[in-house]
Amino acid sequence: MTIEEVKKILQGHLVVGSDLSYEVHSAYGSDLMSDVLAFVKNHVLLLTGLINPQVIRTAEMMDIRTIVFVRGKKPTQDVIELAQQKNMIILTTSYSLYTSCGLLYQHGLRGEEEANELALPR
Amino acid sequence: MNLHYHVDGDAFIAAGEASSQVKKVLKQLGIAPHTIRKIAISMYEAEMNMVLHANGGDIHVEITPHKICITLKDEGPGIPDLELAMQEGYSTASQEIRELGFGAGMGLPNMKKYSDELSIRSEVGKGTEVEIIAWLP
Ligand SMILES: Nc1ncnc2c1ncn2[C@@H]1O[C@H](COP(=O)(O)OP(=O)(O)O)[C@@H](O)[C@H]1O
Ligand SMILES: [Mg+2]
Repeated sequence: MTIEEVKKILQGHLVVGSDLSYEVHSAYGSDLMSDVLAFVKNHVLLLTGLINPQVIRTAEMMDIRTIVFVRGKKPTQDVIELAQQKNMIILTTSYSLYTSCGLLYQHGLRGEEEANELALPR
Repeated sequence: MNLHYHVDGDAFIAAGEASSQVKKVLKQLGIAPHTIRKIAISMYEAEMNMVLHANGGDIHVEITPHKICITLKDEGPGIPDLELAMQEGYSTASQEIRELGFGAGMGLPNMKKYSDELSIRSEVGKGTEVEIIAWLP
């Protein structure tokens, strides 16, 4: 799914980046960066309600390039600048985490563990 | 090659900057992406622990053709029961830390999982020293 499609489905706004043709193949939704660091294995689209700079840092460590901030949260200028430096693509949406994930799933974007056939954590 | 970083305990925004720098250097050196990712995750977890639990500290990185060795040293409160701290889900993080998306108690297990060798020495009241080693093929 392209970022263009993600943006349309979530009625989102692009706040960082310009490459709308960039493609994502799976997604992960979480407000816990510790879980992202522990369980994500691939270059997912990350959906989160957290907007602090450590979200960008976490994404950077994991080679995640695309983030959606949900629930109408607006990142501050320092977070935006950090994401720009890292060449990321950031969208915002008014939908909640649950609804955002549900809408993308409905349109065929599968979860990280499903798309990549990972074992589920016990 | 040797690299040094001082990590400020009060600067949550800057936390992770050292890991970010090291990741950049490893990329420039042409280290395999898979190896870089492993090192980046374990170093970042350790750096965040230093900021969140120990009020900052110092990081020393040694890169040779055979291995990457990252030592993180702090003068924080130390870890009273290391075996307990290594368990998944164990955390003493405050509500404040949890609201920032950390404190799930996955950091030390993650560091173990993503490093080739992990050794931790800690003394209550003195501080903690974490050594992460990745062997290069
Ligand atoms: N550098 C450190 N100094 C003091 N205590 C630490 C340090 N690193 C880890 N700890 C202790 O070990 C616990 C588990 O660490 P970790 O697995 O990273 O989980 P988390 O950081 O989410 O709490 C922490 O909650 C803390 O009590
Ligand atoms: Mg931790």
